[in-house]
Amino acid sequence: MSLLVVIPAFNEANSIGNVIQDIRIHIPSASILVVDDGSRDKTVQVAESANVNVLALPFNVGVGGALRAGFLYAYRNSFTQVLQIDADGQHRAEHAKILLESADGFDIVIGSRFAESKNKYDASILRRLAIRLLSAAISKICKTKLTDVTSGFRLSSSSAIELFMKDYPVEYLGDTVESLVIAHKLGLSIKEVPVQMSKREFGSPSQNVLKSSWYLVRAFLVIILSLIHRK
Amino acid sequence: MLKVTMGVTIFFTLIFIFELLRRKALREKYAFVWIVTALVLVAGTLFPNFAIRLSTSLGFATIASFLMVFFGLIMLFITMQLSLELGKVEDQNQRLAEELALLKLKSVE
Repeated sequence: MSLLVVIPAFNEANSIGNVIQDIRIHIPSASILVVDDGSRDKTVQVAESANVNVLALPFNVGVGGALRAGFLYAYRNSFTQVLQIDADGQHRAEHAKILLESADGFDIVIGSRFAESKNKYDASILRRLAIRLLSAAISKICKTKLTDVTSGFRLSSSSAIELFMKDYPVEYLGDTVESLVIAHKLGLSIKEVPVQMSKREFGSPSQNVLKSSWYLVRAFLVIILSLIHRK
Repeated sequence: MLKVTMGVTIFFTLIFIFELLRRKALREKYAFVWIVTALVLVAGTLFPNFAIRLSTSLGFATIASFLMVFFGLIMLFITMQLSLELGKVEDQNQRLAEELALLKLKSVE
């Protein structure tokens, strides 16, 4: 069993160093791949100086494209598991162990911020509502209880790797939400595990009402589209 | 009769767009304009009085001229959208060409 940690990054020079360190401490046996999505800052240099393999995409393709490149790398180098971790420091490597231990042969294991109420996560009400609704819809479609379908903190099995290196949604929110629908349609198993996530180290998530409303609209479009898309 | 013709045409156009979206042959950002246009036309067909009032208040002599201008504007929007996207793709293409040439040199050294 070989594990590859894929870190898609876009202008995260400030936090990527710590994320890599964190992974090295808590999952020392894992290989790390940073997929740089055309960052304008020093993300690539920081990652390279940490002695980590970097896929430096020549221009921005979106997180879905960056992840697909990561899955392609994993497939070609025969990794059996891929763990996705965000470059902004919200996903803690020590919680990755929870994902790894609860895998149980499931194809996709999602680390959810909202599975247990004791895991407090700071997000605007509209956004939480959007995630709630999205998760409810996807839970219905995938016939399994999910509470955080927008979480990028997930572990993929070799079957999932083989699927995602061919087909990974590129649109915003499609990468997290639609990927689950695609996986389910092909018979892959999905489960979720509660984890605690941190607030962003630097920068701020979209908090204002307009952005959150747009997020909600976008979320529904994604669901509708994921249902009608064929293959 | 016009209502029926319009209705049928819009219906088939929507089915066509829908199917293209389903097969992932058409990207959502391009389908968006088509769908909005179709919905506006449906609204116009269902509420012709509103459409007539709108067109006369905007200064059009006939509904036909209003529709033609409307259609022209939609086409302008779509061509502009495509021009912008094409430019972006050309830039990316060029970057890829550069990177590829660099790679080829590296693999020979």
